[in-house]
Amino acid sequence: MTDFTLSCPLPVAERKTVVLGHGSGGKLTAQLIRDLFLPAFDNPLLGRLDDQAVLEAGSARIAFTTDSFVVTPLFFPGGDIGKLAVHGTVNDIAMSGAMPLALSAAFILEEGFSMEELGRVVASMAEAARAAGVPIATGDTKVVPQGAADKMFITTSGVGLVPENIHISASNARPGDRILLSGTIGDHGMAVMAKREGLEFDGAIESDTAPLHRLVAAMTAAGEIHALRDPTRGGLAATLVEIAAVARIGVEAVAGAIPVREPVRAACELLGLDPLFVANEGKLVAFVAAADAGRVLEAMRSMPEGREAAIIGEAVEAHPGMVLLKTEVGGTRVVDLPFHEQLPRIC
Amino acid sequence: MKYVDEFRNHALAQKLFAEIGRRATRPWVIMEVCGGQTHSIVKYGLDQLLPPGIELAHGPGCPVCVTSLELIDRAHALARRPEVIFCSFGDMLRVPGSEGDLFGIRAQGGDVRVVYSPLDCLKLARENPNRRVVFFAIGFETTAPANAMSVWQARAQGIRNYSILVSHVTVPPAMIAILESPANRVQAFLGAGHVCAVMGYEEYEPLAARYQVPIVVTGFEPLDLLEGILAAVRQLEQGRHEVENSYARVVSRGGNPEARRMIFRVFEPCDRAWRGIGVIAGSGYRLREEFHDFDAARLFDLDAIVSTEPETCISGLVLQGARRPHECPEFGTRCTPETPLGATMVSAEGACAAYYNYGRHLRP
Repeated sequence: MTDFTLSCPLPVAERKTVVLGHGSGGKLTAQLIRDLFLPAFDNPLLGRLDDQAVLEAGSARIAFTTDSFVVTPLFFPGGDIGKLAVHGTVNDIAMSGAMPLALSAAFILEEGFSMEELGRVVASMAEAARAAGVPIATGDTKVVPQGAADKMFITTSGVGLVPENIHISASNARPGDRILLSGTIGDHGMAVMAKREGLEFDGAIESDTAPLHRLVAAMTAAGEIHALRDPTRGGLAATLVEIAAVARIGVEAVAGAIPVREPVRAACELLGLDPLFVANEGKLVAFVAAADAGRVLEAMRSMPEGREAAIIGEAVEAHPGMVLLKTEVGGTRVVDLPFHEQLPRIC
Repeated sequence: MKYVDEFRNHALAQKLFAEIGRRATRPWVIMEVCGGQTHSIVKYGLDQLLPPGIELAHGPGCPVCVTSLELIDRAHALARRPEVIFCSFGDMLRVPGSEGDLFGIRAQGGDVRVVYSPLDCLKLARENPNRRVVFFAIGFETTAPANAMSVWQARAQGIRNYSILVSHVTVPPAMIAILESPANRVQAFLGAGHVCAVMGYEEYEPLAARYQVPIVVTGFEPLDLLEGILAAVRQLEQGRHEVENSYARVVSRGGNPEARRMIFRVFEPCDRAWRGIGVIAGSGYRLREEFHDFDAARLFDLDAIVSTEPETCISGLVLQGARRPHECPEFGTRCTPETPLGATMVSAEGACAAYYNYGRHLRP
């Protein structure tokens, strides 16, 4: 070999413009929150970095959260943007152990968007809210010129009441906790991806979108839950890394224990994606006191939303902030936040 | 899942680890050529479970990593042009050029699209007759047939607004370059299974004979890799140096003749600069004269863009297996996938990125 021109591309971690990766739920999102939003809005409620804030009003504790929905396509197997908008916010409230009281819904509509499709989305939202038993109590509508939005965006906010004696927060996870997952991962993300890419797989892949507050109520009745989170954007990987970081614990999970539906696995293999990083909309991860893990698991499996629940690992004192995965063949590897959108590899 | 689960079987893997341990009586350095193999090895932690004497050196087979900075800068210049729809395999989007990456260009209004197949670009070209669709044709012999096919079909269908920016590289010249390097430590190769699925392995036979080096054509699942390693160790211990096919469910000696024909109808060999390594003679493909109407480098006059690498890192040595990622003082500190200082930290298949993403708990 001749002489080597050794190379060094410039880093692109500091960006002058917003890129899609800032909304991916991965490292860029975390950077944006840490470097811009947190210092600007600085307050202890936000500082907990949970999916909801818990406000104290007299003796009551109120869970408060908000979420925006920009999914495309609007309709996909197993759901649509309206259903997601209801379930997403119900679930963010539920992850504090609270029972949701009411939602708000704000619509940003693009000029020229079909009234028929809008009607279908709203009907689906109404149905989802009825089924969850949570009213949409207030709302707002804005219309922007063609091209200023993509058909429709929805923002929902919600409030809920945290029962006495329930103190659930990512920061409460501790070494020794068992990690419970409520079912299969990757269904939602792959359903949307398959629809978007026009791919068809044997045994259709459907979004798992579902409200989880009833499952959470059954779990909190069965045992001591320390931390709860729904692994949406960034998938199970991002959720485990976030909890490990906030609680300053290590996480050790077992690849073989994490349930993934066959068609989802196949689709991920084909597209070069890892189901650990694929979004879910009807699943939760719980850090549960070891002594209660069996009872909580049983309670989860007795509910339709948790029928396929499994213990996938435990929290440890070693390697705080780091998630390790025991691989199928017996090695271990690090699981980290995705940096960008997940990208298909070349070969 | 069929064809996947059986190749990730825990009990069978343990048997293979034990067998490799029994066969190996002294230390050996084996290089897996392909970045996909590096990715699998580190993702499944195979390297942690091998007997201590068996060292896997990670090879130069990551097409994203070895694409030269100059070509990336030229690609970025194309992607910024308003009339261009710039199509790329996903991995290439986060590779930094001299000024930012394709994500940033997309955020500033560039029309950058991720495609799974170059044939998708033809559809885009038909649907957008007033735009110019450019595909960044990178990769080894694996992606070359489909990339060639896109040009072949564009000509057959009379599509005039499609072109490709070619950065193809080929495996055998890179292996020769490594073997002839004074720093070489590699004693056996795991051949790149998917490259051989296209090219077959006949062309490796003279190489194995001349350099007296075992070459075992190997797949990508954990058990494929362990079988390849076992076959290499067996040859090394017995003093043999043959081309052996341990990926027979996919690879035959003659490869895929139809795919090879398509490559050489459209491309011809040329010298190619590898990022972090330098020019390797005869190690690339370029479009043949008759397809120059589809050559983005000619159509857009990119010669004015000349780039030099701004700093140095050890990625050239890592790409040849002479140094391991964590032996670099910048590894995991100044150099991470978010702030890559070198080519091998950039792509998911680069050795440094694989070590960082999956294996940094072992090599902090």
